[in-house]
This record gives sequence, C-alpha cells and structure tokens, in this order.
Amino acid sequence: MTRRLILAAMMSIVLAVPSVWAVEPSERLADPALELRARTLSKELRCLVCQNQSIDDSNADLAHDLRVLLRQRLVAGDTDQQILDYVAARYGMFVLLDPPFAPVTYLLWLTPPLLLLGAGALLIMRSSRRSSEQMPPSLTENEKARAATLLSDSR
Amino acid sequence: MGSWWAYYVLGWGGWWYWDPVENASFMPWLLGTALLHSAAVAEKRETLQRWTVLLAILTFGMSLIGTFLVRSGVLTSVHSFAVDPTRGVFILLLIALVIGGGLLLYALRAPGLEAGNPFAPVSREGALVLNNLLLCSGMATVFLGTFYPLFAEVWSGVKLSVGPQFFNATFVPILAPGIVAMVIGPVLAWRRGNLMAALRRLIPAIVVALLAPFAVLIFNPGAPPAALTGIALAAWAMLGVLTDLADRSGFAKLPLRVAFRRLAHLPRGTWGYAIAHFGVGVLIAGAVVSTAWRSERVETLHPGDTLEIAGQTLRFVGVTEEDVANYHAQRAQIVVERREAPLTLYPERRSYPVARSQTTNTAIATNGFADLYLALGDPDGGGGWVLRAYYNPLVPWIWFGAILAALGGLISLSGRRLPARLPAAARPAAVLRAGSADPG
Repeated sequence: MTRRLILAAMMSIVLAVPSVWAVEPSERLADPALELRARTLSKELRCLVCQNQSIDDSNADLAHDLRVLLRQRLVAGDTDQQILDYVAARYGMFVLLDPPFAPVTYLLWLTPPLLLLGAGALLIMRSSRRSSEQMPPSLTENEKARAATLLSDSR
Repeated sequence: MGSWWAYYVLGWGGWWYWDPVENASFMPWLLGTALLHSAAVAEKRETLQRWTVLLAILTFGMSLIGTFLVRSGVLTSVHSFAVDPTRGVFILLLIALVIGGGLLLYALRAPGLEAGNPFAPVSREGALVLNNLLLCSGMATVFLGTFYPLFAEVWSGVKLSVGPQFFNATFVPILAPGIVAMVIGPVLAWRRGNLMAALRRLIPAIVVALLAPFAVLIFNPGAPPAALTGIALAAWAMLGVLTDLADRSGFAKLPLRVAFRRLAHLPRGTWGYAIAHFGVGVLIAGAVVSTAWRSERVETLHPGDTLEIAGQTLRFVGVTEEDVANYHAQRAQIVVERREAPLTLYPERRSYPVARSQTTNTAIATNGFADLYLALGDPDGGGGWVLRAYYNPLVPWIWFGAILAALGGLISLSGRRLPARLPAAARPAAVLRAGSADPG
C-alpha cells in the first residue's frame, strides 16, 4: 500500500531548458578542497559573452577557458583574492559578481544598512512622541483585577 | 489585487539567481506583502491610512517598473525575451504618468486623512510597522542592487556587476529579523502589547526552534551556521503559527472537542494569516535545506556504469538517438535503483537543425520532499556521456510554501470586506433570502 502511494506520488516530468550546466568532468581538479574553492570562485565571476550568468553556469567557450584558467592559478598556489584580482585586472570590474567595497560601490553597500537604521530611528522617535502625547494611561492594579474577574465570568 | 499577488507569487518560478527579471517581479511582491499588512491595520484599527495609500501607489508603480525592466532590455538578464525598445518608452511614459499622478493626488488629498489612532511601539500595530519597515527596506535593497550597475555606468562610466553575493549579504539579514517578528506580532494585542506575555504564549515554539539546529547537528555535524540559523527560523515560523492557533482555540485549557470547534470557527482573517505565515516557514525550510544539502555529481558514464548520489544508485543504460518532427533527440535511459520500486528516467538533448539551437530536457523525479534532477551532457567521443545528477532536498517545499503564502493572502483578503462572522441569528435569514430568489 505504502509502496503504491510512493509510486503515485512519484512523477517524472520533463522540462525544456537551454543547456546551462557547465563544469565538465575533464576540467575538474583531483584535490576536492581545491575543486570546491574553484567552484565557489567560478560562481563569483561573470561570463562576459552571456546574458547575466556566472562562468559556473555558462557553457560558453570563454567561460570554459576562464574556469580552466582559475584552476591553473589555484594549482599554482594563488589565493582566492589573488585570482579574483587577476581576472578583474584583465576583464574589468564587470566580471566580479560580488562587487568589492570600493569608492564606486560605497553607495551600494552603505545604503541598505543606513536606510534601515535611519527609517527605524525615525519611526521609533515618532512613535514614542505620539504615544507619550496621546496614549491613555495604563490600567491600575484595581482595574486589572476587575477586568480579570469580568473576563473569567463571561467564560 | 489578489490575483495580482497570486500571479507574482505563483509566477515566481525557477530557482533564484537574483537576476534583474526575477528581481523585477520580486519587488512588487515585497511591497504588495507590506501593503497587505498595513491595509489590515488601516482597516481594523483606522490608523496608518496615509502610509497605506502611499504604499498602494508605490506597489502599483513598482509593478509597472517591473514590466519596464522585463520588456525594455535596459538590463541584461538570462530571461531576455520579448524585448522591444519602443514598448519600453511607452511603458516609461505610463510609469511617469501613473506614479506622478498618484503622488500628486496623494499630496493633494492625504492631509485630509486623519492621523489615526495612537498605538504603543510594542503592539500589533507596532509589529506591522516593523513588517513594513523591513519589507520596504528589503525592496529598496533589491531595487538598488538591480539598478546600481546602470547608475554607476551613467555617472562614473564604470561597468560593474551586482550578483547574488550582494543580495545574499544584504537582503537576507534585513528580512531575517522579520521572520522572528512575524511570529510574535500576531500574538501581541492591538494598541498596546506585552512582549513578555506574548513570548510566554510562544514557549513551545521557542523551545523547538532553539532545539531544531542541535537535532540537525547530531545527524549532520558539519552543517554550516547559516543553514542552522535558517532551520531555526523555519521551525520558529511554522511552530509559532501552530502554537498560536492551538492557543487561540484553547487546546491547553478546554476539552478537545470544544477546542476543535473553536479552531474551526476562527475568523477567516486568522486562518489567512496562519496559512500564509506557515507557508513562509515552509518556504524558508525548502530554500535553506535545498541550498545547504544539495548534492551534485557530474561524471562521464559508459553504458552499464553506475553513479551514486544521495544514497541512490543511478545505472546508465545507454543513449538512443531518433529524429522527431523538427528536431534530433539523444535520449538517455537511466534506472534509479533503490529500496522501493526502481524508476526509469529519460533525460534528453534535442538539437533543432533549422533554428541551430540545442536544448537540454532534464528529467526530474520528485516525491514531495526531494527532487532528483538529471541532465544529459556531451558525448566524449568514446561511447561515454557526461551525466549531471543533482539531488535537491526540500526544493518542492519552496513551491508549496509560496502557494500557501499566496493562498493565505487571498483568504485574508476575501475575509476582509465581508462581515468577519455572521451572528447566528442572521444565518437562517440569509438562507431564506437565497431560497426566495430561486424562481423554482
């Protein structure tokens, strides 16, 4: 019975999508730790000939070349940052999907926290001013006790 | 408004890449959610009306901007299709007209709306203001990230990219406190709430949410901290709702039968909130688990080879080629061997000689808890084929959660304009009226 239920719930569907999976078995490094770093890095680099894809997702030739290149640098012992700088020096800041904190991006990185804090502070100021002006005073202990008896009676 | 909301939630397909087109549909969704909540305050408590009207204008404006973004091609996206610059200009004019007109009307008429009833910062109104603050800040962040490359290029000539890393680093921390507050808010009283009393009512959810990450750690010692936080938040969101529902219908104090009757008679708005918030919890669970525990295998396989993924053995039978209508198909046969009945999947590649394009038709097997996702890659020339196998746990929950959230939103909207609950005496009259209207 459960087996049949599982079978019923199991359905096989087919989706048509353009080929987007990229990394080929032949590109892979033998060392799993290095390969993991390579995958993380390739998710941070933009494929230049594609429409908004990382080189990890793209099967374009250029993306393939870049993936091979960054693996060569990794094997040569470069740090992640050195590799990102190396690629950015050749292709411009445009390739970096994770925008670095630089003068051009100050506004980008600082606006969200400042906006949140600013709006939050404004709201707190306004609400404390309003509530102190207009809120009725809290119930006294006597009133609270009366309210409790009334509530328990109605139940 | 309701269908619009559902459209965006349900249309939120595919996995999430923070692509401009995805952001374009996400931004009105965020504002729409904020609007739904502030409208509840405006209606129930007659306060925040001005802000609600402003939010409504912005939401509509943002959905137009979204359309502009999707159709004009100002930003490059993976989903660039139906791009037409002339349509872009038309949409831009429409946006200017609608937002400008809306804001003008707002400026003229808003002072006429009263300031509304006061409320303490810790109250249900206060929680809804926090919701609005976080959702709007989140929306502004997505907006900034989406348009920043455009701005930067215009004023400094630097071409730069804003990728998923930016959004994950900014949007997620902004919205995370919202998930914590989302459970507490509905438990607070209107006007002036007691935070400690609310937390006391939520003790079961607090306990489980704090224990859940440790339970995961036992089975999965290497789990990343971000995933553990996400699991705690998901457990908190789902259990918080259940605890509140149980509390509202008095399961701890009343006999079971009475409690169930009370549960069934909770107002529609309460059910709407409960379903939607529970759905958000389900969605978070799906997003977190599928991101942290997905596994991927990419191997070159020859017929007869097997591949292990997430405890399942995939046996590669072979590839058959055939010409169908206007394309040539290379179809692989893969048997998933496991304890239950074996399952055969057929991922294929199609090439369309006329259009000179190639598509990958993935095969997906899902059981509601995990997706097994297969894609056929290139042949290696020596009889071997590249097979990509992905095991995505809880991905279906993302869709379930989104559907629940949309459903909850619709239910709470449908409940709103109607009287919350008809008094018992009014019911027979309603039936009578319906009966007399029937000519038979």
